[in-house]
Amino acid sequence: MFTINQPLFVMESLILLIICLGCFAFFFFRGRYKAMLSLCLHLLLVVIGSWRAFQVLSTGAAVQVKLVPDWPLTPVVRIDSLSAYFLLVISLTMLTGALYAYGYLKPYRDGSARQKPAIHLSIHYVALLGLHLSMLLVSTLREGTPFLVAWELMTVSSFGLVLFDSERRETLQIGIMYFVQMHIGFALIMGAFLFANAQGAAFGFDGLTTYFATHSALPLFVVLFIGFGIKAGFVPLHTWLPHAHPAAPSHVSGIMSGVMIKMGIYGILRVLLSIHTDLFAIGIIILSVSLVSGLLGVMNAIVQHDIKKLLAYHSIENIGIIGIGIGLGVLGVAMNMPVLAVLGFAGGILHILNHALFKSLLFYGAGAVYQTTHTRTIDQLGGLIKRMPQTGMLFLIGALAISGLPPFNGFISEFLIYSGLFQALRQGDIMSDILMLAVILGLTLIGGLAVFCFTKVFSIVFLGSPRTAAAKRAEEVNSWMLAPKWIIAAVVVVIGFVPVPFAKWAVQLAALYTPVPQQALAVYPVLQQVGLAGLVIVGISAGIWLLRVSAQKRIIVAYGPTWGCGYSGADPAVHQYTATSYAANFQELVGPVVGVQTHYKAIEEDEIFPQPRKFDTHSHDIFEETMTRTMTRPLLQASEKSAVFQTGKLNHYLLYAFAFMALVFLLTYLNLI
Amino acid sequence: MMSFVALLGVLLGALIIPGIISITKAKLSGRKGATLFQPIHDVIRLLRKSSVYSTTTSWLFQVAPTVYLAGIMGAALFVPFAGYTGLLSFSGDFVFFAYLLGLTKFLLILNAMDTGSGFEGMGANREALYSMLVEPAFFTLMASLALITNNTSFRDIFLTLHVDSSLSYLVAALGIYLLVQIAMVENSRLPVDDPRTHLELTMIHEVMVLDNSGFDMGLIMMGNALKFGLYGGLIANFLMPIQWHPVLNALIFAGIHVLFGILIGGLESFRARNKIARNPQFILTLSSIALILFFTALIITHKFILG
Repeated sequence: MFTINQPLFVMESLILLIICLGCFAFFFFRGRYKAMLSLCLHLLLVVIGSWRAFQVLSTGAAVQVKLVPDWPLTPVVRIDSLSAYFLLVISLTMLTGALYAYGYLKPYRDGSARQKPAIHLSIHYVALLGLHLSMLLVSTLREGTPFLVAWELMTVSSFGLVLFDSERRETLQIGIMYFVQMHIGFALIMGAFLFANAQGAAFGFDGLTTYFATHSALPLFVVLFIGFGIKAGFVPLHTWLPHAHPAAPSHVSGIMSGVMIKMGIYGILRVLLSIHTDLFAIGIIILSVSLVSGLLGVMNAIVQHDIKKLLAYHSIENIGIIGIGIGLGVLGVAMNMPVLAVLGFAGGILHILNHALFKSLLFYGAGAVYQTTHTRTIDQLGGLIKRMPQTGMLFLIGALAISGLPPFNGFISEFLIYSGLFQALRQGDIMSDILMLAVILGLTLIGGLAVFCFTKVFSIVFLGSPRTAAAKRAEEVNSWMLAPKWIIAAVVVVIGFVPVPFAKWAVQLAALYTPVPQQALAVYPVLQQVGLAGLVIVGISAGIWLLRVSAQKRIIVAYGPTWGCGYSGADPAVHQYTATSYAANFQELVGPVVGVQTHYKAIEEDEIFPQPRKFDTHSHDIFEETMTRTMTRPLLQASEKSAVFQTGKLNHYLLYAFAFMALVFLLTYLNLI
Repeated sequence: MMSFVALLGVLLGALIIPGIISITKAKLSGRKGATLFQPIHDVIRLLRKSSVYSTTTSWLFQVAPTVYLAGIMGAALFVPFAGYTGLLSFSGDFVFFAYLLGLTKFLLILNAMDTGSGFEGMGANREALYSMLVEPAFFTLMASLALITNNTSFRDIFLTLHVDSSLSYLVAALGIYLLVQIAMVENSRLPVDDPRTHLELTMIHEVMVLDNSGFDMGLIMMGNALKFGLYGGLIANFLMPIQWHPVLNALIFAGIHVLFGILIGGLESFRARNKIARNPQFILTLSSIALILFFTALIITHKFILG
């Protein structure tokens, strides 16, 4: 640990100062300049964030900076490789997010979409900047108070971002729900810090280290896990996620899903750094919660009709995969299987980057679809690949990557986890073997279900014939929205073909938790071969394609309608499979787990001339129904009852004040207060 | 070099398996049947035929068959053939193998959905569901083999797999049973799918590829045949772990493939197709059989001690 020399952090402090001033400047700029200012400030932050991150990751030495010297109250910024990795993920996603936002908010600027007041947009830009800054701070501050302030800033600014469409009542409700749930998490984290503080440790992550050195780790870890888990969206703490992501504009959904929820994972990883006891129980807890998150996330995703809600459920699934990796890592440490520990941690940690990439790609794609068709309902789209070829192509890359298929990045992180599992299978005893098999089967099922889900989304949205007039009118979005997606897609493909450098970063981070044995390093040549195999497949495809091209030259290529049993009278759009029908057989299979309700009144026997009918289905989250609602319902009922006091009459309110004063007098007289 | 030749032989030889199956079925039902090389003739004919594309389809429709075949050929690189190790081999290659086949399915499903046809949608949807359900059985099988042989790549697993004790007969029997059944599901044969028809009741694979024609259809048929060959190759590896003379090895390997084709033909002749609603249940049964194999593996490795 060393302190950076003077000029460098002066520069950083200056940049932070510029950004704080920039927040005020938003209110004085107009239209396009506002957007450009935002872009510039984000780029500045990206530069300092990623520069520091590269520095730490390449040297491996932690950096400690005091932003303003000689002033005792300024927080100390400390960047170790864990922080650096997260800085990198944040910077990458914010870079694409800021570029995309410039394009996405264009209709709101030039008046082609529903006009927003200028101050509304200013607040949005300030909040976006605040989210970026707060995430950087969350991953670098360790002292309790600054960390919690940054955490709160992150919540408040993301709350502001979710409220972009606040003129809709529904969005407002969702925003408030998000705000409340985040503060439950905040309270738990603060409570845990305070508890450690009360036992004589410092307030903050360092205090946790001293606390865990002498106390049993499990109870406080569970509190922290719930606190950070609400942010991360582990089942059953996820109920805010499928609401907040669709309500927010797409660049915000991409950023929130790509990196903000990962701050919860960061918290868990940071806490795990200081825990060295009760690891077996902790590992089992993380692993089982993650498996449930992964499976329920993807299962619920399949039955969704709203494309962004579907992607939000996939975030829960991927948080599950990340958690599976981390849980296996912890178990590997606990069971003294260093290879499992390294590969588990490395897989989970690499999946953080991977998910940030493809999930933001998919959300940006969904945003492009929404912007041009004004609908998020999957069943109202179709045939978009012809009208939006680039968006379609990019969404396909994202869909393949998130399904964990080679040769894309999602496969690499899952492969690391699988490698750890199969190695552990050989070493373990019967209990651990059964556990490993359960995880293998869980991962396989998650993968298969993701394929099922993304074949559905991609086919219904982009393939076939357009189902509505809106889908027919769709056109390609502007290049500000396409360029960031191409950047992400490039990284997705690069990680898929050249995985070793990225795996090395992940292993470097895993080394914080466990010594890295030689056998674990054997995974590098394997990954190299995985990349090579990907190239071979591209080569074979290219070869076959060349043959095909030369064969096509000799023959006649004709075009005609899709084969329809000889009947071509029907509207092709109506004849297609819908998302609902695609999900139907799966839905029958899993039954109540996904909680789909059908609204349809059957035709009665004596109804000779049936009236027109409507048929619709919607899914509801069983956890939202059972857990959140059962907790909030009594609270709401109690507050409804207490509303009788709010009569709106001044004389009643004066009476309350008088009664209160009388009570205070009385209690003082009786020496009770 | 020799493994490359072996691979080439398998790529060509795989095209004969569908012929063997159809001859077996013809003989068993008292028909004369087509010749052994009919599937090869069909593929060659298709490769030279002109194509018709639906106006609904996009570029993806035309790319998908190419990547479908390329993916299956890529998967073939991992399978050891005729005593020769696969061209590519690394720890955990069977995960890559399974996920690569997943990629090919993904693209074929998109190919079907691109036509905007209700029939093909139905087939694609069922294919997606069934291939998702069969994955756990394959992974449990591979986990058991990894456990028994203490290895994690196709090559090492099959090189060290010895049938020597009474329990290992059980492993071999269960393993082959599972591989045959998985091959039946993955290649859309009876009892899950019926390759002869694409009626609504059996709308799975055959209906998916309905709008493909010419060269693309030829690629898909080659892919299907090769996929059969892959599973045949895995089964052959199960039965012949010992290295003999290369020519003898190749002959035995080919013989096992012929037997595999006859077995499939026989199974298809005497088996009724499932009701479509029963298919998930049937496929999940394979996973439970695979679990028996896993526990047998635990007993063999003395991790699970009876008594």
